[in-house]
Amino acid sequence: MTKEDIIQKLKRIVEPYVNHTENFNNLTETSDFIKDLEINSANLVDVILDIEDEFNIRIENDDMEQMLNVKKSVEVIQQKLK
Amino acid sequence: MSNRVVITGLGVVAPNAIGKTNFLHALKNKTNGIKFHQDLAEKGFSCQVAGTPEVNNNLLNQYFTALEQKGLLASGLIYGGIAGQEAWFDAGLKINKSTDYDAGIIFGTGILGVEKLKEAFHLIDNHRVRRLGSTSVLQTMASGVSAFLGGKLGCGNWVTSNSSACTTGTEAFLMAYNHLKLNRAKRMLVGSCSDSGAYVWGGFEALRILPYQYNQHPEEASRPMSKNAQGFVPSSGAGALVLETLDSALERQAPIYAEVCGGAINSGGQRHGGSMTAPNSKAVQQCILQSLNNAQVDAAEIDTINGHLTGTIMDAVEINNWRSALNLSGEKFPLINSLKSHIGHALAAAGSVELVASVLQIKHQFVFGNRNLQPIHPDILNQISKDTIPDQTQSTAIKYLIKASFGFGDVNASTVLKQFEK
Repeated sequence: MTKEDIIQKLKRIVEPYVNHTENFNNLTETSDFIKDLEINSANLVDVILDIEDEFNIRIENDDMEQMLNVKKSVEVIQQKLK
Repeated sequence: MSNRVVITGLGVVAPNAIGKTNFLHALKNKTNGIKFHQDLAEKGFSCQVAGTPEVNNNLLNQYFTALEQKGLLASGLIYGGIAGQEAWFDAGLKINKSTDYDAGIIFGTGILGVEKLKEAFHLIDNHRVRRLGSTSVLQTMASGVSAFLGGKLGCGNWVTSNSSACTTGTEAFLMAYNHLKLNRAKRMLVGSCSDSGAYVWGGFEALRILPYQYNQHPEEASRPMSKNAQGFVPSSGAGALVLETLDSALERQAPIYAEVCGGAINSGGQRHGGSMTAPNSKAVQQCILQSLNNAQVDAAEIDTINGHLTGTIMDAVEINNWRSALNLSGEKFPLINSLKSHIGHALAAAGSVELVASVLQIKHQFVFGNRNLQPIHPDILNQISKDTIPDQTQSTAIKYLIKASFGFGDVNASTVLKQFEK
């Protein structure tokens, strides 16, 4: 799966939790889930569960702590898919 | 001088109607809300009839965002969320952009989110606790509805939840009334809700206090004050009201439905005939009397009673308590009705849904008819005239209405409402 494929899937996953639509529409690799997309921090666990389902992977607590922006999330997902 | 307190908003999610306008129509037409439940039959309940509000997707989308609907299984939160918001907007209030420190919420429940709890138990027992996601806490904490509404509406005063079995709604109403009387807030959203389903109703089935004789005729199952009453019909839903100081209501030019004159809350202590399930009649009578005293209203001025009257053999005892407390009998007894004949017993939601019905009766000057009344129980006809127990809806002048709720644990709450005059 290419990086772009993963970003596209990630975009669909985070969309329902986003509170800042403009920043979401201009999503970049450095977009921060909480600061830029204004996702409620409690909803980050739901994002993680949805990622697990979508990519059929398991994300542990220490992985999750890193997954605060698009770039980091893509890295973790790529690593798990190996 | 202490504040006068008025009612400025109504919201309701009932098994026979959702929304204030539909509910008024249903009250006048005595619309039945009790249906056969296949799920109860499949689970081996002897009572297979119950009341469940029918919430469609349009309504859900109106009051819950797509995100809020994700994993939403707590039916009580759905009912309470809808009724609470309806009451708030009905009062002409808006979603606050910044926190309104003069507005609070007291929204009670017996237990919240049993379906969500079931999901949680299942996941946890299968070593999948992390799959609960973020929604489990909100949907299963007792204060889930007040927390949800508080955030949705932006309320910064007292935001809490109460629980006292079947008196919960009336208790929430009086807690908020006292808070407003003490000038500690300008407006309070109050209400209560009860989840639907076998997991809520099972305990009552096990106590064998639900009727099993009417599975083929659900519309006849709930029979308060009738000789053929066989037990209360389990039900669910939510009611909500906005209570407000008169000054605040006038300043906002809010619609005013009725005035709250006063009330009382007590317990029989599970002594003198009282138990976990049965009332200490002396305490019930005292609660009614104290509410009249608190409201400074004479018993003879009461035009109508909205009873607790669940459709069990205890109905005659309740009539005796009203009769003794008010010291009125025969023809002099006020008109009395029970909403449970329409929608069954909505448990923790009963008090608030019945208060909404009571307020609508005052506002529109009518008394709704009791369903399934005939034949009236002889122990009731021994005490009060049949003419005081309407089986048809009738227009009537109501200046004062008294409403009481009684609950498991021998707890009582009573309030006196008045037609609003400036």
